[in-house]
Amino acid sequence: MTPAVIAQIEPIATPEIEWFAVSPLLVLVGGALVLLTAAALARSRPPRGFYALFTVVTAALAVACSALLWQRVTDPGRGPFTAIGGAITIDGFSVFFAVTITAAIALGALLADDYLRREGLDGPELYVLMLLSGTGGVVMAMANDLIVVFLGLETLSIALYVMAGLHLRRLESQESAIKYFVLGSFSSAFLLYGIALVYGATGSTNFGAIAGFLSGNVLASNGLLLAGFALLLVGLGFKVAAVPFHVWTPDVYQGAPTPVTAFMASASKAAGFAALLRVFVSTFDVYRLDWRPLMWGLAVLSLLVGSFLAVVQSDVKRMLAYSSISHAGFILVGAEAASDRGIAGALFYLLAYTFMVVGSFGVATLVGGRGDADHGLSAYRGLSRRRPLLALAFTVLLLAQAGVPLTSGFLAKFYVIGAAVEADSYALALIAMLSAVVAAFVYLRITVAMYMGDETEGAEAVTRPAVRVPPGAALALGVAVAFTIVVGILPSPVVDFARDAVPVLLSAP
Amino acid sequence: MLVNQFLVLGAVLFSIGVYGVLARRNGVLVLMSIELILNAVNINLVALGALQGASGAVTGQVFALFVITIAAAEVGVGLAIVLLIYRNRASVDLDEVDLMKG
Amino acid sequence: MSEFLRAYLTVAVFAGAAGLLVALMLGAGWLIRPSRPTAQKSIAYESGVDPVGPGFGQSQVRYYIFALLFVLFDVEAVFIFPWALRLESYGLFGLVEMGIFIVILALGLVYAWRKGVLRWV
Repeated sequence: MTPAVIAQIEPIATPEIEWFAVSPLLVLVGGALVLLTAAALARSRPPRGFYALFTVVTAALAVACSALLWQRVTDPGRGPFTAIGGAITIDGFSVFFAVTITAAIALGALLADDYLRREGLDGPELYVLMLLSGTGGVVMAMANDLIVVFLGLETLSIALYVMAGLHLRRLESQESAIKYFVLGSFSSAFLLYGIALVYGATGSTNFGAIAGFLSGNVLASNGLLLAGFALLLVGLGFKVAAVPFHVWTPDVYQGAPTPVTAFMASASKAAGFAALLRVFVSTFDVYRLDWRPLMWGLAVLSLLVGSFLAVVQSDVKRMLAYSSISHAGFILVGAEAASDRGIAGALFYLLAYTFMVVGSFGVATLVGGRGDADHGLSAYRGLSRRRPLLALAFTVLLLAQAGVPLTSGFLAKFYVIGAAVEADSYALALIAMLSAVVAAFVYLRITVAMYMGDETEGAEAVTRPAVRVPPGAALALGVAVAFTIVVGILPSPVVDFARDAVPVLLSAP
Repeated sequence: MLVNQFLVLGAVLFSIGVYGVLARRNGVLVLMSIELILNAVNINLVALGALQGASGAVTGQVFALFVITIAAAEVGVGLAIVLLIYRNRASVDLDEVDLMKG
Repeated sequence: MSEFLRAYLTVAVFAGAAGLLVALMLGAGWLIRPSRPTAQKSIAYESGVDPVGPGFGQSQVRYYIFALLFVLFDVEAVFIFPWALRLESYGLFGLVEMGIFIVILALGLVYAWRKGVLRWV
């Protein structure tokens, strides 16, 4: 190279960084880094519960930033916008998921606090990983580019692999980590292959550009594109635990430390659906005739397999795992409708489900006792006599999952099924209602066990160590139950929130 | 431009990787098979990028860089988990890891 | 032959020349040298020192953590090279960006150091 060429410097147009737009991410990542470094450098152990408190405060700050963003995107004068050179979109949708996932982080941290001390694993790592994993989830929801979706997904997943194996002395925990890791990285490789094919077919990874290309061109041979859709659906279907990509779910949910399971079932599912809704319903809208049948199949299989297999389980964590599969089916019913109403229903469902599932696994955390092993149905026999309030809280959460009126779960099911009917998917709506009836049996089975522990079990109950309810977990459960009931009775603020959060498709500037 | 050959190479590597994940029982070999799939994707990304012309190709190449680093992070975590299992069981055979069923 | 394949012709010629050269030198040696095999001559060459133990030694599993740290930091360097090539073009923005990137990487190293994994045992 000649010196003249070296001297010739043309500045590269560097993207504008809108700090405000990424403030929820910065708060979460910054909190995680500060916590990790401070805990590593500190000479003495911090006071009890400091890590959890720090995490909750960080999450609260992130929610505050999201609230400011929400004000900006709902302001008619300004509205949604893209940031960082079109890599991310800030619209109601991203803010909605930022709030949902951050709520899951805060509740998960509250549950983890006493759990880690009980199991002798106290340290900042779980909280740091939770914050980072949540950040990945928020990135997935904000993404306006397939590369960003993939980066968010991997940030979410890699942190979760470690979290699943965090209980070093429990063999089930390691088993769940390796299973989750192998199947998770396998599926994200499929997702990646799908992204490569879609990029090849459309010439871009930016959502706005892809949608523009798809609506502006009729492809002579769209095999590359359709194969890309299928592989993307495999990758995201795995993340949200939809049948037939669900095989990991029961094992991983059962083996992972229970607070981690709570986080996994809420934040990871929410993030997966965020990407699914934004990629398919919003970006690939033109090709809805091609992907709607696939999603229909996933929804039906998830509903049926999830609810029927939940019935035959004897381990409560496994029951909840299968029920989470059937909940994924319900949310897919909303996605399959491919309408704004369907998306709003799915969003409402995800927010309601986040609180229900964190609360449910929170109860399992407490009942599981030292060693995190006591998850059989027998551990719940007579819980109403030993811990009446805990049993009541679990009953409320289970009834909400079953879809009993006056709870958020009922409205969530109502909205997604309503959207399906509006989109003329009558068969799907019918199957969803039937599977809700089957799944209700599971929740009733646990409830009955809690209230009807008969006398022969009484002797066993005495030998059982008492279930402790530490303040952090009590707070998390209280919030979850309160949210479930209040939203069930006064749903309009959350319904409006979900309705204003339908994703907006913006091209890069 | 010879794009098809690269796509075929990518598809072959992908298939070998998928076979490895499904058929191998050794944890380390499963990790290597996953790496193989990711590298198949890299070939695809760069080849399909070359189809898009000079400005479009950058996306594919940058994406490939991200995939390389993420693959390293993933395999780091994966090896750590396999090692943890090895410490407890003195074996990396994934078929033996089956405490939970049903 | 397409333009693309012709570009690889150089590689083929080079490979052929390399193979030929090796064959020539080894063949000439094989023809000229006397052959008197002894047991001493067939043991592994360890820079003049007598070899200890069998050839297949397993390395300590604890080296794995160093290898892992090396691989991670090594691969992250892939982001530094493109930046270094166009250092001036990226200007202050690139400098700050890379500074943040390296600081975050360094925090990982600080954590590893405080956890004691860097101590050689």
